Amino acid sequence: MQMPAAYEVAPDDFGEGHHTTTGLSNTKLGMWAFLGSECLLFGGLISTYMLYRGRVAAGPGPEDVFDIPFTSISSFVLLMSSLTMVLAVVSIAQGDLKRFRTWVLTTAFLGAVFVSGQAYEFTVFYREGLGFTTSLFSSSFYVLTGFHGVHVTFGIMMLLALFGLSLRGRLGVGQAETVEIVGLYWHFVDIVWIVIFTVVYLIPA
Amino acid sequence: MAIVEQDRPAGPLALPAGDGEHREREPLGVFSRPVHARGWRSWLFTVDHKRIGIMYGAAALFFLILGGVPALLIRAQLAGPNGTVLTADQYNQVMTMHGTVMIFLVVMPIGACFINYLVPLQIGARDVAFPRLNALSFWTFLFGGLFLNLSWILGGAPDGGWFSYAPNTGVVFSPTHGMDFWALTIIITGIASSVGAVNLIVTMLNMRAPGMSLMRMPIFTWMALVTQFLLLFAIPVLTVAAFLLFFDRRFGANFFDVSQGADPLLWQHLFWIFGHPEVYLMILPAFGIVSEVLPVFARKPLFGYPFVVFSGVAIAFMGFGVWAHHMFASGLGPVSVAAFALATMFIAVPTGVKIINWVATMWGGRLKFDPAMLFAIALVLQFTLGGLSGVTHAIAPADTQQTDTYYIVAHFHYVLFGGALFGFVAGWYFWWPKVFGYKLNRTLGLVHFWWMVIGFNLTFGFMHILGLQGMPRRIYTYADGMGWNLWNMVSTAGAFILATSFIVFFVNIFVSRKHKTHEVDPWDARSIEWMTSSPPPAHNFDEIPVVHHLDEFWYRKYAEDDDGQLVQIATGDEVYRKELAQAEQDHAAEHMHMPSVSYWPIVFSAGLPLVGLGMIFNLGLAVLGGLVSLVALFGWVLEPSVAPEDSHGPAPASEEEAVSVG
Repeated sequence: MQMPAAYEVAPDDFGEGHHTTTGLSNTKLGMWAFLGSECLLFGGLISTYMLYRGRVAAGPGPEDVFDIPFTSISSFVLLMSSLTMVLAVVSIAQGDLKRFRTWVLTTAFLGAVFVSGQAYEFTVFYREGLGFTTSLFSSSFYVLTGFHGVHVTFGIMMLLALFGLSLRGRLGVGQAETVEIVGLYWHFVDIVWIVIFTVVYLIPA
Repeated sequence: MAIVEQDRPAGPLALPAGDGEHREREPLGVFSRPVHARGWRSWLFTVDHKRIGIMYGAAALFFLILGGVPALLIRAQLAGPNGTVLTADQYNQVMTMHGTVMIFLVVMPIGACFINYLVPLQIGARDVAFPRLNALSFWTFLFGGLFLNLSWILGGAPDGGWFSYAPNTGVVFSPTHGMDFWALTIIITGIASSVGAVNLIVTMLNMRAPGMSLMRMPIFTWMALVTQFLLLFAIPVLTVAAFLLFFDRRFGANFFDVSQGADPLLWQHLFWIFGHPEVYLMILPAFGIVSEVLPVFARKPLFGYPFVVFSGVAIAFMGFGVWAHHMFASGLGPVSVAAFALATMFIAVPTGVKIINWVATMWGGRLKFDPAMLFAIALVLQFTLGGLSGVTHAIAPADTQQTDTYYIVAHFHYVLFGGALFGFVAGWYFWWPKVFGYKLNRTLGLVHFWWMVIGFNLTFGFMHILGLQGMPRRIYTYADGMGWNLWNMVSTAGAFILATSFIVFFVNIFVSRKHKTHEVDPWDARSIEWMTSSPPPAHNFDEIPVVHHLDEFWYRKYAEDDDGQLVQIATGDEVYRKELAQAEQDHAAEHMHMPSVSYWPIVFSAGLPLVGLGMIFNLGLAVLGGLVSLVALFGWVLEPSVAPEDSHGPAPASEEEAVSVG
């Protein structure tokens, strides 16, 4: 009698058996748990910003520096990257590597546009006298949006890694779930941005 | 406690690694796999959850000394009025390091030690879900702890208390680098805890043996699951707080600078939103251990298993809603204070449920008073005392009187030491024969127990009186004639008795290690981790057991005969041999691939303290540390988690075991 298939573990994926107790793969469940943890991280940062956004000392306040149209466009770009991420997941699931590469690169590019926009925005704010140490508002603004920017940057690195793996032939239909898991992270970062954009830019202090 | 390897033929604990000559070449030639099946290097690169659990325990005992010596210094300073052992500044450092080390580097890692070792065995898994991440958690914790203790020699230890209340911990009031070390340590060990939490949650939800539904999981595993969820959601909040504090200190941000209009309560809220779940995640593993130990030594099933499970879950949920009871004296306003006071009184209910269940488990049982049982009973009594003084804190007007006095110190030492640590010692006595193949000597265990109980209660019991007499916490000395001299002297004497009790424990380990019996089931236990050899083989089970009951192992040993009488149908050893024979027959262990040893977890973790030192002293060092971790990440990603030539069969049990502790 052979061991039941559930406990045969393929050499290249220990514990990634397709017969887990919950039916979800380990990596996917792990990503969900990690994202739950991230919610609390951003929760702490957003709370800090909410507490301090009106405390501008002698420096410029939110209404003096924010360029709502510009940030709206870069937010739109980031949201559209969620759409291209979905298209990337669909293409890999259908085994269309060429389309997958197109969409995954597009997603990474849109993310990079967003991060560049943030870098540009920070530079402008700094020139207008909003340094990191200017006021409670400036410290909490830079820390909150900076943490989010770092998260987007990590996401871009993951997307580029997926692109590289697909070029080397190490990413096929069998690894579609890996792309989906990176997608989970990417969508999460987008959703967090919707909250941050609303709280920081759209709701007047 | 040193873990010594002995040369021996490759047995069940050795990780096979192909032959010594052959190295699998990865796409980038430098990234080859370690091939050390034996010796100290096999421990450095291991991904086996059992070895990682043992290393967690060993590291925690090492830090116990680093956290215990400061405690003795505190007691020496306070033995009499106008003490001169420490200056005020040294006292602050010693007090802070005692708290920080004991909480983050002793109690939490000992919990991790039990959880790592036992959870995969209790749920019938071969290892955790992500073995290399498990190694990363351990090394990150260890290097974070060593990094914190470097502060003693690099310009002074942290001096703001383990709670680090801002703005007191800003550069103005704490100019040394101590608090920078503290904040970075919190971030580094936080990474370890968060990664571990994700890993273990996935393991427990996803890798249970066939038939093991959630309500058939051993109670310790349940408490471990609740603990990991608490970690998952509490740690990031503390991480945010530590980042804000570090940005304040290092880059001149002003999150806690009151002159800029900052709110000092921000730190308190962030810290205690983490801090209260923290105290529950420290005690819950010990609750799980006690819930395993009592039924075995009372020879009765755990009374009201579902109640014990759901009270644990309820404690976790409510634990996130009571944090402000640490801040009653900070001027929150009557509405908040009343709400949090009520919530705090309510959380005593599920805790009380557990205590009732333990008492009812013992009630009518045929008790065997082995050391493990005695430590477990001590937990029940002492935790109840600590819990009762805790309920008095929940009453806000009383708390206003008690806050910042030794009454509080007495309370949390009763629940943390009299609760968590006693539970852990019970667990050590209980699972020691499974982990190392020999029982700890019973007589020495009894000496250890009474010595520790007497020392503990002398140390902390009279602090209740000191606190009610108004002796404040965190004072480095006190004047004569306050009426505090006697009890402080008693407390100091108790502290030294308590410290020496651990020497008895270490002596016991040393003396007992020669008497290896490798008994499968020395206590007539109930859960399936006892269905393996002692110590268990690297792959845990030759054949994954199929679970039909809660307390599966017990049901395989006992059954009712025709008259409804309970009779033993097999010994633990027979059950184990039967499984072994079955596995042999099924060739179950053929093609069993276990995760392979790896360099990258330890390399990645080694980069983090370098980044920390770099952030404090020299950014170049931080870049270097970052590069080390980056290289490790690349190596990690490019290396498959299982080397193709690594294949496990059930090895014959060898006479000589790999692990000997001395």
